[in-house]
Amino acid sequence: MSAHIRNTSSMDRRRFLQDSARGLTGCAVAGMGLAYFISDARALPAQALRPPGALSEPDFLAACIRCGLCVRDCPYDTLVLAELGEDGAATGTPYFTARDIPCEMCEDIPCVAACPTGALDKDLTNIDDADMGVAVLIDEETCLNALGLRCDVCYRVCPVIDEAITLERSHNERSGHHAIFMPTVHADKCTGCGKCEKSCVLPNEAAIKVLPRRIARADAADHYKLGWEDRNPLVDDLIDLPDRLPGPGTDNLVAPGGYLPATEGIPEASMDGGFNPGLKLPGTGGSN
Amino acid sequence: MSNKTKLPVGQEAIEEFGWMYAHRFLLLRRATQFFFLAIFLLGPWFGIWWFKGNLSGSMTFNFLPLNDPFITVQSFAALHWPETTALIGAVIVGVIYALIGGRVYCSWVCPINPVTDGAHWIHEKLGMQKGWQPKHNTRYWILAMVVAVSAATGTIAWEFVNPISMLHRGLIFGMGFAWAFVVAVFLFDIFVSRRGWCGHLCPVGTFYGLLGTKSVVRISAVKRSECDDCMDCFAVCPEMHVISPALRGKDEDTALILSPDCTNCGRCIDVCAMDVFKFTHRFDDTPAPGRVQRTRTQPATGASKAA
Repeated sequence: MSAHIRNTSSMDRRRFLQDSARGLTGCAVAGMGLAYFISDARALPAQALRPPGALSEPDFLAACIRCGLCVRDCPYDTLVLAELGEDGAATGTPYFTARDIPCEMCEDIPCVAACPTGALDKDLTNIDDADMGVAVLIDEETCLNALGLRCDVCYRVCPVIDEAITLERSHNERSGHHAIFMPTVHADKCTGCGKCEKSCVLPNEAAIKVLPRRIARADAADHYKLGWEDRNPLVDDLIDLPDRLPGPGTDNLVAPGGYLPATEGIPEASMDGGFNPGLKLPGTGGSN
Repeated sequence: MSNKTKLPVGQEAIEEFGWMYAHRFLLLRRATQFFFLAIFLLGPWFGIWWFKGNLSGSMTFNFLPLNDPFITVQSFAALHWPETTALIGAVIVGVIYALIGGRVYCSWVCPINPVTDGAHWIHEKLGMQKGWQPKHNTRYWILAMVVAVSAATGTIAWEFVNPISMLHRGLIFGMGFAWAFVVAVFLFDIFVSRRGWCGHLCPVGTFYGLLGTKSVVRISAVKRSECDDCMDCFAVCPEMHVISPALRGKDEDTALILSPDCTNCGRCIDVCAMDVFKFTHRFDDTPAPGRVQRTRTQPATGASKAA
């Protein structure tokens, strides 16, 4: 009888192990499929901009429950929920397309207030601090201002005018006597609202586009010193280089700054401040 | 089984009580399913913004937040701690379903339920085989898999494929190609697996089932001694294994259907001509004598009204 009991329990164990193995492998396969689908689906296209205050994209997809409350409370119908297979963003997540309806940068930021989960960060209280993207003058060949005309529309509509977009004057080489007022975006002030992209007068695609910061911006080159910036000297008081100035007491009075035009040749060693090498090669007519 | 087993499901109840009464819980369920879709359409269609959002998260009268607790759990797994609003909403919904029965969500709210019910209707009309029937614990494996993938990818994983929110959100906000997921579930239930999606696979239903393990509202086979073995309740029940312990229990066994798989859909009450089942609470200890033992071919005399 004990053999029979042991046999039954071993059959039970066998069945349990089989079922567990089956469940585990099935779920491993399904889970890998799901994870692959997710990794594929969460790639955010460059033209899809998240609402103001949105967490970084990986954090956003951990927080956004796709309820659409931000969409409902957007007074300008800027925000929409992505539709599967038609819009690039992960299905059901909120985004906007600047060329269609840009963000109007409401002072009370109703979309952020509506978000129940914190996918849109409540710490954003001043809409000027929003970072939905960065405008980039992406086509300098067709931009009317870049051609020397005075369109200026992107500059005029910018809610942070003269800070986020300025017009930088330069000489118009083509006409020879006109100016070019180049729209220039300052990324630290640009909120990525997209009003410039929306209002660009060119047909179809805009010459200025809002791109996600990850695409629009390069990392600063930390290994280069910008010596012209305040508090950023080329050399940080590490070594004291000798000053080379013309005049008495310096080592080169003949050629101020150490430069000597080639036509004048090397000054005589006997001259004050003339070149007097300490080591002379044999046969060069040295005075020793 | 009795000689009435071959009659269409619910036929005797319809003859006994009339069509409306014999479908009262089905009609009520369709009404509530429509209700939970329609209230969110009041805004976009008629400009009445009393209810905003969808089943994943909503705001009622700009005051009452309601959130899907399963999504909240996935958010935890993805290491995001939601704001208080969402947490309050999830707790409210969780407590409600813990009381009224977790899978009440499935049968009374979920918009996929009419889809799979329709699939089942076609399945029966076509006389299909039941097809692939996953083991009972498969749904728990899938639930665990979804939480694991949420943790691994740092996302609310199921929302990338969840046909429930695809359909509900799609009807309210715009569908795109999300209908393909709904059609896939529909065809799966017809051709691959009878009652396959809602009854065996969907992790949302599994989660709500666990939530309602100790729910107060339950169905009881209180007059099980009247049962005439017509089998209609088994035929109509989307989780037929939940009925047997209660209906076929002996005197000392409870007549309450206590399985968390029971969706409290009330269809067994609808189709039973003998009025065996009723809605009650889990503390109901009304004496419910078991059935008298009888042979397969001989129903208890006098127990059948249709006899």
